Amino acid sequence: MAENTSSASIEAVERSLASAGYIASRQIATAVYLAEKIEKPILVEGPAGVGKTELAKAIAASRGLEMIRMQCYEGLDEAKALYEWKYAKQLLYTQILKDKLGEVLGGADTLDKALEQLHDFGDVFFSKEFVEPRPLLRALEQPMGCVLLIDEIDKSDAEFESLLLEILSDFQVTIPELGTVVAIVPPTVILTSNGERDLGDALKRRCLHLHIGFPEPKLEERIVETRVPGVSATLRKQLVGFVNQVRTLDLKKLPSVSETIDWAKVLVLLGASELGHEMVKDTLNVLLKYEGDIEATLPQVSGFVAKSGRQGVFG
Amino acid sequence: MRDTLHRFFRAARGAGVRISPAESIDAMRAVAEVGPSDRGILRDALLLTLAKSGDEKAALAACFDTFFTHPDFEAPPGANDDETGEGGSETEAAAGTASAQASTELGSLAQMLLAQDRAAIAAALSNASNAAGLTDIRVFTQRGLFASRVLEQLGIAQLRDDIDALTIRNPADAERLATALGSLRETVSEMVAQALLLYGREEKEALRNEILRNAPMARLEQRQIAQMRVLIRQIARRLRERFSKPRKRQRRGHLDVRRTIRRNAAWGGVPFMTAWKRRHRDKPKIVAICDVSGSVAQVSDFFLLLIHSLHEVVSDVRSFAFSGNLIEVSEVLEKNKPEEAMKQIMSSVGYGSSDYGRSFVDFEKGFMSAITAQTTVIVLGDARSNNLDPRADILRRIGERSKRLVWLNPEGRMGWGFGDSEMPRYATFCNVVRQCATAQQLERAVADIVATYQ
Repeated sequence: MAENTSSASIEAVERSLASAGYIASRQIATAVYLAEKIEKPILVEGPAGVGKTELAKAIAASRGLEMIRMQCYEGLDEAKALYEWKYAKQLLYTQILKDKLGEVLGGADTLDKALEQLHDFGDVFFSKEFVEPRPLLRALEQPMGCVLLIDEIDKSDAEFESLLLEILSDFQVTIPELGTVVAIVPPTVILTSNGERDLGDALKRRCLHLHIGFPEPKLEERIVETRVPGVSATLRKQLVGFVNQVRTLDLKKLPSVSETIDWAKVLVLLGASELGHEMVKDTLNVLLKYEGDIEATLPQVSGFVAKSGRQGVFG
Repeated sequence: MRDTLHRFFRAARGAGVRISPAESIDAMRAVAEVGPSDRGILRDALLLTLAKSGDEKAALAACFDTFFTHPDFEAPPGANDDETGEGGSETEAAAGTASAQASTELGSLAQMLLAQDRAAIAAALSNASNAAGLTDIRVFTQRGLFASRVLEQLGIAQLRDDIDALTIRNPADAERLATALGSLRETVSEMVAQALLLYGREEKEALRNEILRNAPMARLEQRQIAQMRVLIRQIARRLRERFSKPRKRQRRGHLDVRRTIRRNAAWGGVPFMTAWKRRHRDKPKIVAICDVSGSVAQVSDFFLLLIHSLHEVVSDVRSFAFSGNLIEVSEVLEKNKPEEAMKQIMSSVGYGSSDYGRSFVDFEKGFMSAITAQTTVIVLGDARSNNLDPRADILRRIGERSKRLVWLNPEGRMGWGFGDSEMPRYATFCNVVRQCATAQQLERAVADIVATYQ
């Protein structure tokens, strides 16, 4: 039955991502599986630090492929994303050509003949040799395929989005002077967005849309377990419980998974085996990035620590 | 399975998820890949391929749950596969042969009910609902019609005859059938209600929005106000999409010498790549002066909500509210939720009788500097100044200072100039005067104002 193999292969995706150090929820694994099967890019949205970029790295690592990353920013254009001509080399070429012109046109006594010979000579000025491939073109040229990460697409301009459409739907780009370059092996494309602006419908339509939110406590514990092996089981439970309570507050920037991992690392360095009030208060700046947020959380620390301790006992 | 998916897409569109044909093809391919056996995975796959934002995901998830729940009987989603009719008739036939010896003269429906063959009944129900075209249901008044059509397709007439025949020969069976018929009717009416929920929604909402768009905003019922807010947000989204396009446009023919030299420094200044001068277009700057006295308060409320939801399109909005006197309300509107903000504004200046003259004096004294040559000033009010001095001279000065002065009046043109309306006197100093009583007029007015900056 096709169905049984599909749920088995989704589990296999989950396992292979786990072997690369990425604990995926089933939804994420389904997205990765489908992206491979129906050859669609994945557009990943979600708050900062929940592992959007990590996902691409993990996919690349688990499949043993190269990852090509393109960081988007305002003003990013074709020349920096797709390809550029090697102008200096072209300049040199024309100079060499000038020297050799006599040989090439040797024997032509009229202008018409010279032109004819020049046409026969072939036009290498705009040829593959003079193209400097940028990330997008490079991703298409990988003989083994690759993982192409287009990071923070929401930071780029709306024009750049339209530039991506051809690549995302057909895995090809058109260079006016050369023609269409089709991918040797279609790359796995991951786009990430922090939701800074709404992306165009045309772009969204071409992608699978995956929203990664804050993980369930159980999943987060497993993530901490793989990422920071030195944390004891009780501390892990407590600190994940604490972070989850902090997330219920009305803060400017809620702590993400990456902050939880950083905090766990700090606590391990400090040699903690259990969550204590003082230690939490001292290290809160690892978890929260704004002065106002820290101030808002400080009075709640004792309650949260006590509660997460209880959860540790009963849960 | 394909039919089921198609019906699901229609239901999802009804729930407000925009699904293009391309996306439905993707969904089909995804479902073909994962198969329908695991409900959770099927759900994830559909969410991934069809919903493209958080709101859509929530709506689609709810739609999925309603769609794949069948009233009364439990069947796995895969059991729907046999909608093609072939599978259904097979099970029917099987059920028929099983009980054929027992009561040959009974109809197939009666046999199924007596045998309590749930699977067969389920199949017969879905066949009947397909035959009755249940997906075409649009409005709630059609419920009875569709229910009776489905029952007809099920063979209710035959069943009634069977019951009549049995009452003499076998009263116990007849009673069983009668109760079964009762529950069958209930199941069908539940099924119809669910279908209405799934497929009737799109039509209903479109109709409701259409009515709402053309309803006078000043006289809405309480329950319509919440719906109107939703509508205003949709309008704001539409305007944002339309006007937040890139504001830079290349001016061909004007070389930007500095950028060209810098860009080509690597090649010894040989200008391979030219850079052209760009012209930035201004984003609209808006000063809104709104009457919040009893008669126009509701319209001002919606207007302010709309103006303040246009962040990407409008760079700078300052809002002022007045009835007897005038205060600035920009900050209140930015910091609070619209409902609370409006309450605060109303408690400080609202519900008085309006005095346009004094309010204009207040504005000139305190905020005249807010108006620059790029500003569009929008005054929203009925211009009924209770026979007090209108101070049209201040409005003239406002008009001279600003790029444009627009007056939006919720009253119909017929009323302008009658009674204490000062509209004709004010109108001479305005670039544009238009009526703005319904959401549609409001949208057009704001779109025109923003469009003048493009």
